[in-house]
Amino acid sequence: MIALLFLSSGLFLGWSLGANDASNIFGTAIGTRMVRFKTAAIIASIFVILGAVISGSGPSQTLGRLGEVTAVAGAFSVALSAGLTVLWMTRTKLPVSTSQAIIGGIISWSIFAQVEPEWSILIKIVFSWFLSIILAAIFALILYHLIGKLVAIIRVHLFRIDLYTRLGLIAVGAFGAYTLGANNIANVVGVFVPSTELSNLVIFGLSVSAAQQLFFIGSLAIALGIITYSKRVIETIGKNVIKMTPQAAFVAVLAASLVLFLFTSRSLESFLLSRNLPSIPLVPISSSQVIIGSLVGIGFAHGGRGLQAGPLLRILGGWITTPIIAALMTYGVLFLMDNVFGQSVG
Amino acid sequence: MQLFKKTKLLESKMDEFIDITSESGMIFFEGVQRFTNKEGEKFDRSLKKIRELEHRADNLRRTIETQLYLETLIPESRGDVLALLETTDVVINAIKETMVGLSIEDPHVPDQFKQAFIALAKVVSKTVDEMAKANRSFFRNPLAVRDHLNKIHHFESESDQAAEDLNRLIFRSDLSLGEKQQLRYFAKRIDRIADRAEDVADRLAIYTIKRSI
Repeated sequence: MIALLFLSSGLFLGWSLGANDASNIFGTAIGTRMVRFKTAAIIASIFVILGAVISGSGPSQTLGRLGEVTAVAGAFSVALSAGLTVLWMTRTKLPVSTSQAIIGGIISWSIFAQVEPEWSILIKIVFSWFLSIILAAIFALILYHLIGKLVAIIRVHLFRIDLYTRLGLIAVGAFGAYTLGANNIANVVGVFVPSTELSNLVIFGLSVSAAQQLFFIGSLAIALGIITYSKRVIETIGKNVIKMTPQAAFVAVLAASLVLFLFTSRSLESFLLSRNLPSIPLVPISSSQVIIGSLVGIGFAHGGRGLQAGPLLRILGGWITTPIIAALMTYGVLFLMDNVFGQSVG
Repeated sequence: MQLFKKTKLLESKMDEFIDITSESGMIFFEGVQRFTNKEGEKFDRSLKKIRELEHRADNLRRTIETQLYLETLIPESRGDVLALLETTDVVINAIKETMVGLSIEDPHVPDQFKQAFIALAKVVSKTVDEMAKANRSFFRNPLAVRDHLNKIHHFESESDQAAEDLNRLIFRSDLSLGEKQQLRYFAKRIDRIADRAEDVADRLAIYTIKRSI
């Protein structure tokens, strides 16, 4: 029961992630009325859970290597502070990402618990944030041109393009939800993995690790966020975000999902390493920022028309403010936990 | 599978609508030829055919429009496609109305104007045919639309010229002022069909640019 109480901060973070980030995957598809919300919510929920349980371990281990929060009260403080940071920054309309908030929280815990964080891992993570946006822009640029050329060559009827785009949006939405679950579950419950008291389970002959059980619970929270609150977020965003054609939306989501996949897939990592190629670090990245990277790529595909430096500068600003706010908040919560509630945090 | 079937059916309806546009142009040319050659029965057959085509086009337009709205298809281009259907339908209506006008008023076309009327109807028919091709390209191959649009503009100019030449001939003749006015009226009505086809072309030019963005 106490364990579940401590885990509640992670679940709150998961709910908030589901509510906010589902719009990155299905927002435009619903906004352009290509896909119904109900369909999108069901698909997103199922695939988020599958992604988290099947492929969530990579980015989670990277977070663990940055700073292994061994006390459950410490993990609770980090997740709670990250969740509150995300909530507060969203409410004040500041750009925010759970990935950046959780990193700030872990660094703050390391300082509080006087554990030396792995600075090389931190550098790797920050580098990955840059890389993810650049890769998303490049992928979107290439995909946009390829799809444009393909449509021109095969001369598909406008109505058929519409049908293919709808099916494509659902397919990339499912893929996007899978990669979102796999990549971002680390933010939600990754911090609890070292301190979990859960033991391995065998269900129908399949071994389910303690981490996978945590990922399943965390992904349920994400799914709940998608079902209960993402519609409101999508409706709000739909009114403000630049108008996009369904085809451009397909490219943006596909590019973003591929990038999320690159930063999540263990098999891809071992494939690259086995061929002595530089591997992509398995790191939790921000789906919102990757989508913005994709949109920049589509903007370049149009010859740079309509591109604005504003969103990118806001992302960069968020990289600095989010970890700092999360770190300060975590330090305060850890101090309270340690000195007022007498809980061991590290 | 159901989705694929529905889409295919809608595609075939749109193709049929465009076929009707093209066929209307040809029937119109045939009808004017028959009228000026004073082949009354044959002209009536052309008129009957045009009425059927116009009725069929109206039904198809309504079915396509309803389906596009009910199934929220092509949300980005729906407005454009609906406007395209409406303006194309205006061309088919103009063809039918002109033929009906010829049938009701039955103007006397002296032999000296016969070739000029046929020439005008021919270039109008070419404009309508090119408009149908442009419409078809818009749905399947937007890159080719521009070529058809250039031809439409060219044929429309030719139609203006043919109508002007015909009017000059009419007003230099010994016909009574009433007969001159009546022939001029029909020359203008025929030329107007090409103008309406050019209206479709102007819209298509914008819609094609929108599709490429």
